[in-house]
Amino acid sequence: MAKMTLEQLRKLREEKKKQLDMRDPDNKQIHIVVGMGTSGIAAGAKDTLDAFLRCIENRGLTNVAVRQVGSFGLDYAEPTVEVVMPDMPRVIYGKVTPDVAEKIVLEHIIGKKLVENHVYDRPAADIVDKE
Amino acid sequence: MAYKQYVLICGGTGCESNKSDTIYKNFLSLLEKENLQSDVQVLKTGCFGFCEQGPIVKVLPDESFYVQVKPEDAEGIVNEHLIKGRPVSNLLYNKEQSKEFAKVDDIEFYQKQFRVVLRNCGFINPEDINEYIARDGYAALEKALFEMSPDDIIEELKISGLRGRGGAGFPTWRKWAFSKAVESDVKYIVCNADEGDPGAYMDRSVLEGDPHSVLEAMTIAAKAVGATKGFIYVRAEYPLAIHRLKVAIKQSREMGLLGEDIMGSGFSFDIEIRLGAGAFVCGEETALLASIEGSRGTPRPRPPFPAVKGLWGKPTVINNVETLANIPVIITRGGKWFSGIGTETSKGTKVFALTGKINNSGLVEVPMGTPLRDIVFNIGGGIPNGKKFKAVQTGGPSGGVITEEYLDTPIDYENLQKLGSIMGSGGMIVMDEDDCMVNVAKFYLGFTVDESCGKCSPCRIGGRKLYNLLDKISKGNGTMEDLETIKEIGHTMQKASLCGLGQTAPNPVLSTMRYFEDEYKAHIIDKTCPTGKCVDLVTYTIISDKCIGCGLCARRCPVNAISGEKKQPHLIDQTKCIKCGECYAACKFSAIEKK
Ligand SMILES: Cc1cc2nc3c(=O)[nH]c(=O)nc-3n(C[C@H](O)[C@H](O)[C@H](O)COP(=O)(O)O)c2cc1C
Ligand code: SF4
Ligand code: SF4
Ligand code: SF4
Ligand code: FES
Repeated sequence: MAKMTLEQLRKLREEKKKQLDMRDPDNKQIHIVVGMGTSGIAAGAKDTLDAFLRCIENRGLTNVAVRQVGSFGLDYAEPTVEVVMPDMPRVIYGKVTPDVAEKIVLEHIIGKKLVENHVYDRPAADIVDKE
Repeated sequence: MAYKQYVLICGGTGCESNKSDTIYKNFLSLLEKENLQSDVQVLKTGCFGFCEQGPIVKVLPDESFYVQVKPEDAEGIVNEHLIKGRPVSNLLYNKEQSKEFAKVDDIEFYQKQFRVVLRNCGFINPEDINEYIARDGYAALEKALFEMSPDDIIEELKISGLRGRGGAGFPTWRKWAFSKAVESDVKYIVCNADEGDPGAYMDRSVLEGDPHSVLEAMTIAAKAVGATKGFIYVRAEYPLAIHRLKVAIKQSREMGLLGEDIMGSGFSFDIEIRLGAGAFVCGEETALLASIEGSRGTPRPRPPFPAVKGLWGKPTVINNVETLANIPVIITRGGKWFSGIGTETSKGTKVFALTGKINNSGLVEVPMGTPLRDIVFNIGGGIPNGKKFKAVQTGGPSGGVITEEYLDTPIDYENLQKLGSIMGSGGMIVMDEDDCMVNVAKFYLGFTVDESCGKCSPCRIGGRKLYNLLDKISKGNGTMEDLETIKEIGHTMQKASLCGLGQTAPNPVLSTMRYFEDEYKAHIIDKTCPTGKCVDLVTYTIISDKCIGCGLCARRCPVNAISGEKKQPHLIDQTKCIKCGECYAACKFSAIEKK
């Protein structure tokens, strides 16, 4: 570590703040919950998760927490993702590839519009769309 | 690429002594085995406060709060939670909350707390200066060095209303202003990290969990008063705190946040650690200074106050760890923000170390003015085993007891004083119906008598006399005149002792006498100890109607004081009995009476 000038310290702080903000779930109103069950992982949930994180970082969104849970029970629609945010209905998305993940961030989280083709509901048989 | 998950492991003294370091290492090696090092960040933090439940492991962003974790539990958390996203419910504090995110805020222990002093404890890695910087660390120093004059800094503190957390509650700005006003070639800043009160450990936790906040504050103080050199006086029994301080000092020196020409501002200040041997009296400011100077740690009369004439005769500001930890926040967020928290006379928050007969013991930070009832019953979760609350001792050996009827009093410096106790450093010991007040007073006096430096006679002789009188009462030999004598000696010590140790030593006995006079009288007149704590006044007898003659008690008795035929009522020979209570605990038929 070298001695800091005021400017360097400020720059360092901004940089580190971003990293630490990712850790801090307080005050984050938006939650993206990625299903990481066995079938989800097999279907590529890990890449989906990475895509969300990358996209959020690139857009500088500080209000979003990305969490992982076990399976949502929608095995045929993996990878599955739930998005929870104020002023929007709670939605489960299915077949969320990295591309779709980016779409969800842009359209759902930033644009406040549902990404229609990928909306799946809770796993009750009569509600789930016929594919 | 950013981390996806975070594992925060408590590295406070309490959890470390329960193997949290092994837990940390297990996580690291398991994650390496699964090739997840770049997905999951594992870090050791300072104390989370909820030490009762330690070792604690917190997983973010899920906020899963794992308690009483054992080293072998790491495997389950890695495999189930981190890899498969399924929290290990039997390790969670709120076991029901296995599905939804387990919000830490939902835990009662944290609900009424408000963390200013402990803002970084349990969240950052205290051995990484970058983490402190990311939490606005050293932003206050920036402001103080580049945007504020010494008078501005002192004015901000004045607006904040911050008072010393080391015991007496002296306004911090005023102390700094005294020191600033003195002309001198050299001035010093001293951090008092002696923390001698039995049961108190908030200063230790701040040093272990957020050491940079203290360094930053001391540098701000130095700028305000014009000091060039600082000392942290910390007791040698705090090895982890000392280690973290050393790491912090090294890192901030390397970055140029301490030392020569800080951040190119032209201002220079450096800090050294001084170890204390752990004598209570060395926490008293003039004794502390003597100890730093290399002499024996005994108090001297004040004035002159250290702020004017301190270390080697030079102006010296002495502040407590918790006081200092408040300062960076006051500078960054403003004195006005700070003064919005708390009561009319006592601003900000206070950290208490809650121990004794309480379900959730731990470190608790609440706004000043929070009623004691909230602390004991909401945050503390009440008294274990269905026992009745009796009193809380605040202020340690310098304080007194607060009883049931005052539980709703908002706690601040003035209110505690009115009740005959003090804020002190924030030790809070909860007592239940089984605690004997004579015994409690005797315990504290025993402590102060042991710790008295012996320099002045009111404390040296008075303290010993008080102790002897309490001992006499606890043995059933006291008289009503003794109570008067206690008051007389106590008041004399309060007035005539040289330092705070002797001045406050009678507080526990005067306070318990004030609220529990009946209990003292029971010892003196009836020669009984209502709680059975005073061994000499207790007798164990066997109720022959209830005794079935199983002989269990007789086998347990270490001195063979119990005799009797099988299936016949047994009998205790009182001349042999040493009152150990073994038989009482052993009898399954409640046939032994304790009186
Ligand atoms: C016997 C005795 C022991 C003390 N122990 C401590 C201590 O351990 N830590 C502390 O900060 N202050 C202690 N004090 C209070 C200090 O003398 C001093 O008032 C305090 O450090 C000032 O800091 P503050 O203004 O930030 O509270 C003690 C006082 C007395 C009389
Ligand atoms: S009051 Fe007690 S501890 Fe203080 S100087 Fe006198 S003898 Fe020493
Ligand atoms: S243990 Fe109880 S019941 Fe058994 S002999 Fe002793 S007093 Fe009697
Ligand atoms: S109290 Fe202890 S010494 Fe006395 S009779 Fe019971 S077991 Fe024996
Ligand atoms: S030491 Fe771990 S919670 Fe306090």
